[in-house]
Amino acid sequence: MTDSKLYPSLYSKKVMSHIRHPKNMGEIKNPDGMATVGNPVCGDVMRLFLKIEKKKGKDYIKEIKFQTLGCGAAIASSSMLTTMVKGKPIKEAEKISREAIAKELGGLPQAKIHCSVLAADALRKAIRNYRQKQS
Amino acid sequence: MKKAYFARNKVLAKRGSYLDYAATTPLDPRVLKAMMPFMKEKFGNPSSVHSWGQEARVAVEKARKQVAKALGCKSSEVYFTGTTTTSDNLAILGLARAAKKAGRGNHLITSSIEHHAVLDTCQALEKEGFGLTILPVNKDGLVNPKEVEKAINNKTILVTIMYANNEVGTIEPIKGISKITKKKGVLFHTDAAAAVDYLDVNVKTLGVDLMTIGAHKFGGPKGVGLLYLKRGVAIEPLTFGGYHEKGLWPGTEAPALIVGMAKALEIATQERKTAVQKVTKLRDRLIKGVLAQVPGSRLTGHPTKRLSDIASFVINGVEGEAMLLMLSDKGIAASSGSACTSGTLEPSHVLTAMGIPPERAHGSLRFSLGKTTTWEEIDYVVKILPGIVKRLRKMAPKGI
Repeated sequence: MTDSKLYPSLYSKKVMSHIRHPKNMGEIKNPDGMATVGNPVCGDVMRLFLKIEKKKGKDYIKEIKFQTLGCGAAIASSSMLTTMVKGKPIKEAEKISREAIAKELGGLPQAKIHCSVLAADALRKAIRNYRQKQS
Repeated sequence: MKKAYFARNKVLAKRGSYLDYAATTPLDPRVLKAMMPFMKEKFGNPSSVHSWGQEARVAVEKARKQVAKALGCKSSEVYFTGTTTTSDNLAILGLARAAKKAGRGNHLITSSIEHHAVLDTCQALEKEGFGLTILPVNKDGLVNPKEVEKAINNKTILVTIMYANNEVGTIEPIKGISKITKKKGVLFHTDAAAAVDYLDVNVKTLGVDLMTIGAHKFGGPKGVGLLYLKRGVAIEPLTFGGYHEKGLWPGTEAPALIVGMAKALEIATQERKTAVQKVTKLRDRLIKGVLAQVPGSRLTGHPTKRLSDIASFVINGVEGEAMLLMLSDKGIAASSGSACTSGTLEPSHVLTAMGIPPERAHGSLRFSLGKTTTWEEIDYVVKILPGIVKRLRKMAPKGI
């Protein structure tokens, strides 16, 4: 059992650093893709904004910003996700799993796993929104 | 002047402003002093016949007398246990099993804002086939004694309602409820864990038949609690293995912890009046400050029938745990009833029982003060909190 499972209130140093200094926080005016997931009743709401750039026929995430209402794990997951996918082709980005986000964060306490699920969902939904706009 | 203020804030940020006394209190140095001999040279087992053992036995029984004096009961009615939670379990499960054995009934009454030590225990009995009525509370967290009266039927064996709520500070009408239980001939238990430093815990005045407290909430050590069990009330033990505590809580007594709890209770009783005066003033300063400085904040719990040490709020558009982490970075300790701090996905059952919708309950924040809290600490919180709320609101999606 890892420490994070033993102590549900314990966050890794990486999680704490993302909470203290979130990356890519804010919004993008006229985004190419946008999605909001979660709802205030369950406590976490996440919104992602995407700016997409076409290079050699491929779609790349040129810019990504997040806004999150939620606990430390929700903030850290959204922040981490943006750093993981910025500059990546969307086909690669949409494959990012919640496990990958949690792993990059140095693990998440058991009770907080759903926060990383929310971040992964938000990205896929934002990409879907971009594709819908395209077609 | 301004410079001096910031210098003081810097010191506070470094030293920390501990405002989570309802979670636990620091050990009073006078209590530690009383405990020390029993962790060193006076190490005997109270059950041994030799002088080492007798020395420990004398200390445990002296502590029992001290406790009895503070609670206004007989020494023989005081049982030492492990924690408030174990005392609650012993009281409720023990009484239910005894009642079942005697064929006396199978229905319990509790409230929707109890500590999990009581609520979960009652619900465990419900799964075993006992009847359970969970009474609602009003928006301030008050149980209505009339509702208790209505819920009592001829199968009712126990009413268990907390003395004061640990999350929102509301003080329940214990005397009003005990009048009813006496009239109806039903036993009444109260969990008084949150009450000892600030409220009268005389069992006769309160009219309760069983009462539980735990030492670490009032300057005593962690790992020791007690059960007041009125003479003549039958309960069954939950664990077995010896005649300690008349067989109701078997296992070698912990003289150091027991002596510490008795000393802490003695101090709490002696200092109660001054503590209430001092801490209430600070609490009101904090409540006033937060409500004035943080837009979208609201006090939770009863505005006046509340514990001297609890200043609890819900704050719109922010999540509790995120606030706690940022406050902690500034050296401030608080707590929250948000889902993210409960270990489940649900916000505090206390807040939702009071009619606070989940989306607001997620933004709950509780400061609990202690006897050594200073006005500088209070002013420091009032200065720091608005910025944290602002920062978190800025991070949140707009228009949700």
